[in-house]
Amino acid sequence: MNESNKVIEVDAKKLKLRLTLSILTGVLFFSGLIFAYNHISEDSSDEEAPVAVRTFFRLNESIASAPQKAIPLCVQKPRPAKGKPPRVNGDEGLKSPIDLNSYVIEVISGVQQLHLTPDQIKQHPAVDISTEFKCIEGWSQPIHYKGLKFSDFMALYNVGKKSDGSYYKYVGLETPDEEYYVSIDMKSMLHPQTVLAYEMNEAPLSLKNGAPLRLIIPIKYGVKSLKRIGRIFFADERPKDFWTEQGYDWYSGL
Amino acid sequence: MSDKIKIIEKHSRAIRWFHWIHFPLLMMMIWSGILIYWANRIYIPISDQLSESLRINGRLAEGMGWHFMLMWFFTINGALYAIYLIVSGEWRCIFPNRHSWKQAFFVLLHDLKLTKKNPELTEKFNGAQKIAYTLILINGVFALITGLAIYKPAQLGLLTEALGGYEAARLEHFIVMVIFILFFVVHILQVMKAGWNNFRAMITGYQIIKPASETKKGQD
Repeated sequence: MNESNKVIEVDAKKLKLRLTLSILTGVLFFSGLIFAYNHISEDSSDEEAPVAVRTFFRLNESIASAPQKAIPLCVQKPRPAKGKPPRVNGDEGLKSPIDLNSYVIEVISGVQQLHLTPDQIKQHPAVDISTEFKCIEGWSQPIHYKGLKFSDFMALYNVGKKSDGSYYKYVGLETPDEEYYVSIDMKSMLHPQTVLAYEMNEAPLSLKNGAPLRLIIPIKYGVKSLKRIGRIFFADERPKDFWTEQGYDWYSGL
Repeated sequence: MSDKIKIIEKHSRAIRWFHWIHFPLLMMMIWSGILIYWANRIYIPISDQLSESLRINGRLAEGMGWHFMLMWFFTINGALYAIYLIVSGEWRCIFPNRHSWKQAFFVLLHDLKLTKKNPELTEKFNGAQKIAYTLILINGVFALITGLAIYKPAQLGLLTEALGGYEAARLEHFIVMVIFILFFVVHILQVMKAGWNNFRAMITGYQIIKPASETKKGQD
């Protein structure tokens, strides 16, 4: 710092040149940034996020989903008051009328095709979990939920594995009217807190919260916790995802 | 005429690049952060009309995209700056010493026009500047920590809990942004007050030592 305070004598012309070059560099630098911003913003062939943004979504995903790393459990939270209605947000895929008495969930895994009623799902040993539910919009709330662990479901019905015994890469879920749909990586679906839920806060699911059966996956933003499951299927090609088509990060892992 | 001018080399080339790279990055991080915050605006309410004219409504996906891309550049540039300060020894220029606090107090009195006496400056930065530049560096570290805690609250659950939970960490991350904005406003005002010779030093590196007539010459 002593050096920076040292007074030196310089030619006035040299200083002028230095100033000109510095300003020129600055103008070029900021023009470049503005050009890059415009270029990136417009570089999207569809409604999805711009290509550069998607590249970083994938980079971040590859770090978060590194194969050698297990996804930890979401922190347990105190159970909310019994019967407290969970916050309702969004009704995509819930607008069509349904008949709960004849409700069937279609499951497709390779050549296998199952039709399950919600009661069949409820026969199996359930898990109940209290943790925090986080919406992509920014709000969060503690929830309690009960249902069949998705990994148990896969084992019980022998679905999700290919003929060579390896897992499919992705799980796709859709509402009965196919208006809302998500796709999720297999590792996240096998997470022990990922559940096919039929109870929230110790009360049966309300229609607005996804009755008769919904997914709850607390290691992802709530957009992935599809309500009113009509169809579950397995694939190696990433199935379509409602919010990814609107420019959101597909992985959306927490 | 080719006369000699007395200068000091105030800011190194590295510092100037760090500074000018970080400025647009910080602006973009604040802007994209506001787009994210706006999806669930719970801390500071503003009218719909204002948010409409600021064009920040319904741009959550865009905000998240930019935020989670630029966070890399923001972090890398910040880290390189910190490493540079340590390696070059220039951390001494901004790290407050035992005189800084007293000096900062008198600088504050002077800036608020409560006293005419301006503390004599023997170093590159006065005490108030040292404290501000050090705090804002720490604020940057907090931006990263609180940001990670709300970006990956499951994977980094322990960190999130250490910060008081997800909602607390969100608020802390918001406060970090407010501190950045306050710093930015005061910084701009001080730079305007200090004048062209001082500002030019952050562009070119050099600062002209009086006489005043030659300082003026640089203004055309």
